[in-house]
Amino acid sequence: MKDQPHLTLPRGGVSRRAFLKGSGATAAAAAAISGTTAVEAAESRATFVAAETVSIELRVNGAMHKVTVEPRTTLLDVLRYRLDLTGAKPVSIDASSGASTVLIDGKPASANVVLALDCRGKHIQTAESLGGKDPDPVVKAFIKHDAMQCGFCTPGFVVAVRAFLDQHPNATKEQILNGLNGNLCRCGTYANVIMAALDAAKGGK
Amino acid sequence: MPVEYRWPEQGKTAVVGHEQDRIDGLAKASGTAKYSYDINTKQMLIARMLGCPHAHCRIKSIDVSPALQVAGVVTAKPMKEAGAEIQWPGEPLAVVAAETEAAASEGAAAVQVEYELLDVYVDDTDRQAAEAAGRTAKGGQSIELEREPGEDEDEAEFEEREIQRLLDEAAKEGVVVEADYGIHAITHMCLEPHGSTCEWLGDKLTAHLSTQNVSGTAGQFAGPLGITADDVTVHCDFIGGGFGSKFSPDAWGVVCAQLARETGRGVKLMLTREQELKIAGARPSGFIHVRVGANKDGVVTVWDSHHWGTGGPDSGSIRPAVVPYVFAPPNRRAVHTVIKTNTGPFRAWRAPDHPQACALSQTAYDDIAWKLKMDSYEVFRRNLHTTRLPDVYAAEMEIAARLIGWKEKYHLHGQGPAEGSVVTGLGMALHTWGGAAHDSTCLLRIHPDGGVETSLGSQDIGTGTRTVIAMVVAETLGLPVNAVKVNIGNSKYPPSGPSGGSTTVGGVAESNRRAAQDALVQIFDLVAKKLNVSAEKLVAAKGRIHVSGKPDQGLSWKEACSLLGMKPLEVRGSYSRRENQPSKLSSETVGGVQMAEVAVDKRTGVVQMRKFVAVQDMGLIINPKTARSQVYGAVIMGIAYALFEERIIDRTTGEFLNCEIADYRLPRLGDIGEIVVELYQPESEYNRGVVGLGEPPVISPGAAISNAVANALGVRVPVLPLTPQRVLEAIKRSNV
Repeated sequence: MKDQPHLTLPRGGVSRRAFLKGSGATAAAAAAISGTTAVEAAESRATFVAAETVSIELRVNGAMHKVTVEPRTTLLDVLRYRLDLTGAKPVSIDASSGASTVLIDGKPASANVVLALDCRGKHIQTAESLGGKDPDPVVKAFIKHDAMQCGFCTPGFVVAVRAFLDQHPNATKEQILNGLNGNLCRCGTYANVIMAALDAAKGGK
Repeated sequence: MPVEYRWPEQGKTAVVGHEQDRIDGLAKASGTAKYSYDINTKQMLIARMLGCPHAHCRIKSIDVSPALQVAGVVTAKPMKEAGAEIQWPGEPLAVVAAETEAAASEGAAAVQVEYELLDVYVDDTDRQAAEAAGRTAKGGQSIELEREPGEDEDEAEFEEREIQRLLDEAAKEGVVVEADYGIHAITHMCLEPHGSTCEWLGDKLTAHLSTQNVSGTAGQFAGPLGITADDVTVHCDFIGGGFGSKFSPDAWGVVCAQLARETGRGVKLMLTREQELKIAGARPSGFIHVRVGANKDGVVTVWDSHHWGTGGPDSGSIRPAVVPYVFAPPNRRAVHTVIKTNTGPFRAWRAPDHPQACALSQTAYDDIAWKLKMDSYEVFRRNLHTTRLPDVYAAEMEIAARLIGWKEKYHLHGQGPAEGSVVTGLGMALHTWGGAAHDSTCLLRIHPDGGVETSLGSQDIGTGTRTVIAMVVAETLGLPVNAVKVNIGNSKYPPSGPSGGSTTVGGVAESNRRAAQDALVQIFDLVAKKLNVSAEKLVAAKGRIHVSGKPDQGLSWKEACSLLGMKPLEVRGSYSRRENQPSKLSSETVGGVQMAEVAVDKRTGVVQMRKFVAVQDMGLIINPKTARSQVYGAVIMGIAYALFEERIIDRTTGEFLNCEIADYRLPRLGDIGEIVVELYQPESEYNRGVVGLGEPPVISPGAAISNAVANALGVRVPVLPLTPQRVLEAIKRSNV
């Protein structure tokens, strides 16, 4: 029997709401800007977060994209509103739902708690990159085992499983039960996700 | 000759009843499926609302002008006027539209509101206290007694005396359980929050609305906007969860359309997570005091209960008609008191009233077994004659017992072996649901080049509606599933019912089977003429129309369709419950049996799911793969409210304390244990046609898991969810 059947949810070290509010956000934004030459010092706008924009390049799913962002703009906002890549979903204010999971340099991260500015020079992969005409084995396994219902959590779950199996290519059921608790599903697809993850672990790349 | 609408005999189908992957599975899994939240229009604004921070107050003044000073904000407007009374926390007060989500949030926070705080009442657990505070109302009662009062006898006095007499008799000859049970309010927690993206083209509105009700919401937009429904298109290809809470555009949908009209730009307004939990739907709580009497064989002779709970400021708990649940003993009385609280109003939650009723009453049935030192299975079995589906339940109980190993594992309550501080137990529960098909219309179009498409204003709330429709049409026309294009999610298509009450699969199967059978008659006539054979001898199978038994004597589907000439064949399929029942394609009423095996650590109070078995009938199964998923999902949602989730309200301020994902506890992948799903489909079930499935399997888990925990501990933990704290408190009270 497992010793700790009940996981403790990560109380996101960075709550986006707290992050974007008040002076903390101004300080954080300033910290994010420092080190870039493209940005002049922000005008003092007293109570509100500086809205000065920065032009950056992001590498998403293999392609370079030039986007203009505010210091506070999250990676999720860029993906969803600028690049129309909406597979990563906004579900929680912090990293507790896993719905916005993407890969940054191959490692899973919640795109809603990552600043776009911090993604310069990194390789971002979204769920969309796992689809297409020859889908990733994890996507195939999700379809085969019907590991989806409404589907809103599914892309995040798919990316999380992909990342987990990259780290544990021969994952056992026990490892899957302990290692994939960061993604929340309301329709109750967990039983199917477990089957899909096990199948992809056996037959995956 | 009129067409007889029916399904092929069981075992003689090519598509229906076979495992089929979702046709939109790739889109969902790889993130290309577009939900309302994902619709981006050109030059789109993002809107956010300011929710009321207080549970009960009056608005003294509201000033949106500071929001307009925020960089990026384009417009702001109040949604409430000075003087308005706010009855629950989170109620929208103002809305702000801005160039970015961050600017809109900042703008909403800048709106200035003055509040006059009013008395807050939120305790739904204590009926006497609520009565003393003037916060209750009568919620009706349901009563059935075998004996009738004498001619001159006062009815109320007779009822009271008769129930007492029956209870006394049970106490003497058998057993009486007098106990309290409860289940707290929960929310819908749709992962895609409520909301829409609205855009106008001239004076026509397109609302990309997250809805379970594609065909029924255009008019709800039109009225408040001063236009008519023909000027509204509601569009929803995918919906990120609804569970009964997304039938209307709501005030925030209308205000989104207004902002779009006023700014001349597309506007997206989705609730924040906090708002989603506070204002977009909750399931009523329920608490009950029960006296139930049974004879020495465990057969219940009398039930007497009073239950209460809250559904928000205007409504109470569950309908007394479903108490006790499934079982209808010969003498029974259920009284309901409404408790009005300053909490978000209830909305239909998957199988409205049933999960609570089951948890409040089948726990008492299990406690009869405990008191009589009998096997719970036996007590449930011996009371089946008081249910509406005794044969279905009896058969399903046998299957479930075999799958969970009831005979081998069962022990009397609290008498199982302990492994250190861990004890295990088994519990069960039964449920029922209607699930009749909703009214549905579809337009089936067969093109001269062989292309097939069907269009209807239905929606996929996660059940796999598209796939089921494609399967029905493919089965009927003898085609592979991928030969059928399914168009749903648009209110301009022929109307189909809302997805509520487990009615969708039946409804869309009815309209599409009818349309496809009608279309086939016309194709057969053309082919018969061409081949000079009788149309009655033709069949459609494996992509050909041919003489029955002679595959060579026929045409390919494409050749057959070319006989249509220049125009596509259009057939409208229509089903209405009033006009078309009885139908051989669908019917209603299902029964299900569920059994739970749990391990409880008496030291920590933690309940762990070991195994869960769900046996479910649903008439004819169109797609066993997605049907099974529905049951898995329902069971997991049931584990959620049995062990984890509840709306936690601060007793003093009325604040909703756990309205973010990190605080609102739900099970994760590692919490669910082993789940075994058995779809019960003997020929007798198959021949009933389609019956809805989405709701029923979510009903029993609360009672089944509570009974398993009681069986493990020998102590009833009376209130759900069975959190470690409640388990430890119950253990402490009973001194085991």
